[in-house]
Amino acid sequence: MSLTHYLVLATILFTIGATTVLLRRNAIIVFMGVELMLNATNLLLVTFSRIHGALTGQVLAFFVMVVAAAEVVVGLGIIVAIFRTRRSASVDDVNLLKS
Amino acid sequence: MSAVLGHALSAAPLGMTALDGGEAGTGEAVLFWVLGPIMVLAALGLLFARKAVHAAMSVVVVMISLAFLYVAQDAVFLGVVQVVVYTGAVMMLFLFVLMLVGVDASDSLVETIRGQRWIGVLAGVGLGVVLAGVVGRATYGPAQGLDAANEASNPVAIAHVVFGEYVLAFEVVGALLVTAALGALVYTHRTRLVPRVGQKERADARVAAGAHPVSLPAPGVYARHNAMDVPALGPDGRPIDDSVPRVLRVRGQEADAAEFAARTERVQAGRLAGTRFASSDPATGDGPTPPPAADPDGARVNVPDLDAAVSDSGQHGPSTGPRGVAGQEDQA
Repeated sequence: MSLTHYLVLATILFTIGATTVLLRRNAIIVFMGVELMLNATNLLLVTFSRIHGALTGQVLAFFVMVVAAAEVVVGLGIIVAIFRTRRSASVDDVNLLKS
Repeated sequence: MSAVLGHALSAAPLGMTALDGGEAGTGEAVLFWVLGPIMVLAALGLLFARKAVHAAMSVVVVMISLAFLYVAQDAVFLGVVQVVVYTGAVMMLFLFVLMLVGVDASDSLVETIRGQRWIGVLAGVGLGVVLAGVVGRATYGPAQGLDAANEASNPVAIAHVVFGEYVLAFEVVGALLVTAALGALVYTHRTRLVPRVGQKERADARVAAGAHPVSLPAPGVYARHNAMDVPALGPDGRPIDDSVPRVLRVRGQEADAAEFAARTERVQAGRLAGTRFASSDPATGDGPTPPPAADPDGARVNVPDLDAAVSDSGQHGPSTGPRGVAGQEDQA
């Protein structure tokens, strides 16, 4: 088994995550799609770290995880704030700027 | 990323030496081919699940499987962090917000943008094709493996990189985390529109409304029976209606207070001292005033047969009540 398989798997996961972001309307599921994309990127980084024999990729994946955690906190805070005022978690309902 | 690529270029000639761990073994292949389809199916579950909770559980499956793959790829530290941070913290936060927002919040099927679904599918497939082309056509050098880099165990080696080369980024990330926590606080903060109603305010309002300021007197303690349906008698001998529970009063199951008041007066006058047990036997017929007809419970309470009172103790409060009161009365 070549290590390229990991890259293919990461590509598939990233594509599915991106498609989720494009297709789903529930803000929380869209957010989980973003998380899936970040995870696919992490798998890519870990695999490249192994291919290149350097730990920098793993460190980058670690930083991605930390930033993703911060992003989740703020993003879910935004979702909860919007839900409190609009009573909806659908991204289609956030259209106040529409003329 | 450029650091990775730069390192790769410099390390490329070393690939000829074929370090151990650079190639995947049979066990790793088995793990990959077991976990890979599961992960893809779970990811598709995120894409197609109707309920948000199912989507969240699918993502949990993907993330745990990723942790396995990390460990298999000599990234033990990242595997642990993946489980702790992603599966343990992030996804549980997602589930928590799902519960907060409402599990039933499902997708609306109304298309606000015409043809968005097909455009989205097309864009997703296009992205997949582009990425597959990139991954498939790129040439990777021979895998180096991490055995050399992980010589002093993986977490130690990562710590050397994080706190050496990337220490500034580490500090900045710490500041980012604090900022994110503050941001979440600000986002979920609600300005108070009405003054806070605390314990003191509630108590003041109750007193101003003329409510009973202290707890109500307990029923029956001044009467002959310690029963819930017998009103307490005040120091002046008059019954206190508030001492009987409100439910009993509403149901009309309150015992006649006047009777007990009269008895107590007789006891206090010493007239009932020796003849109480005999006179209160219903068979003799010369007992005190018969209980009110509309009050069957009261009637049973008024049967002063001590055996009956003891056997009825489950229904009518402490059975020692009549006995104790009688003893005190006898002494008086």
